[in-house]
Amino acid sequence: MATLRTILTAPASARVGEVVEIRTLAQHPMETGYRRSSEGELLPRDLLRRVECRFDGELVFAADLHAAISANPYLAFQLKLPRSGTLSVSWAGDRGVAHSESVQISAT
Amino acid sequence: MKLWPALLLCAALAAQAQRLSGHAFMSPATQALQNDDTQNPAFLWVRDGQQRFDAACARCHSRGSQRGVAPRYPAWDAVLGKPVTLSARINLCQVRHVKATPFAPESDALLGLEAFIAHQSRGMPVQAPADARLAPFVQQGQRLFNQRIGQLDLSCAQCHEQLAGRRLGGSTIPQAHPTGYPLYRLEWQAVGSLQRRLRQCMGGVRAEPYAFGSDELTALELYLMQRAAGMPLETPAVRP
Repeated sequence: MATLRTILTAPASARVGEVVEIRTLAQHPMETGYRRSSEGELLPRDLLRRVECRFDGELVFAADLHAAISANPYLAFQLKLPRSGTLSVSWAGDRGVAHSESVQISAT
Repeated sequence: MKLWPALLLCAALAAQAQRLSGHAFMSPATQALQNDDTQNPAFLWVRDGQQRFDAACARCHSRGSQRGVAPRYPAWDAVLGKPVTLSARINLCQVRHVKATPFAPESDALLGLEAFIAHQSRGMPVQAPADARLAPFVQQGQRLFNQRIGQLDLSCAQCHEQLAGRRLGGSTIPQAHPTGYPLYRLEWQAVGSLQRRLRQCMGGVRAEPYAFGSDELTALELYLMQRAAGMPLETPAVRP
């Protein structure tokens, strides 16, 4: 349904076997479901639940997100680059949010 | 990307050792968040603004032609006969030329466009426009800055000039140089404008805040930018 605004940062090229840092940033309110509005109504939960990162289809990093993680979550992790390939990160959450972004990394 | 915090520091040390941006009062962790564009969450808004700019504004304005615009705002508007802020200018353009409805204050669309435009001038010194017509409005802003307001009976100057660098609860009181707006405030978990910050400060001293886009807030913004003249623009900054 809804998509997200995201920023995926990865080096465009690196050496084979090099450990590279992958950084992801997603624009999301991460509403816990415990807060109330100024009118006293419970704000419905709206969280990103799962972030998955695949390198040429193979799962290399995944995270389950919960309440109490700040809005606009930033996740960074390291990856040992086996070869050239496509790195794809997908975000999924409440209210049918699903979005993915991919980047090509060439290994020399 | 890596150079500009160093430039900022040099500029701050050399020309005006006594004037410091809010960046200097932050924890190293928050500074790191601002210094690295790939970590700075405000770039989500900058990117949003870029897409909106390409879709709506690029018919008249070429990409990159806004470099140097943000440091000289608020600037004089001949039709209204008063100074307008950068966000007010975007909305005036929206009404006069795009023939569309203006954006709501603090909407993601307006903040995104403002952040995208101001980001192009990052590193440039704040430059008050040499316009004699602005003088009475600068004076009005200065008067508001020094006027005691609210149930706590405090003026902006009492904290941000006389007690700058000291602490208010857990946070350091900055010198109120608005060089990084619109900026990402960790407290807001979002990007916000200088007027949002000013209104929040007025709420803090238990005064009735002026409305978004009011002449009073524009005058205050004008005075603060003239007060910060020469300091480098940091947009989009991060603040605690």
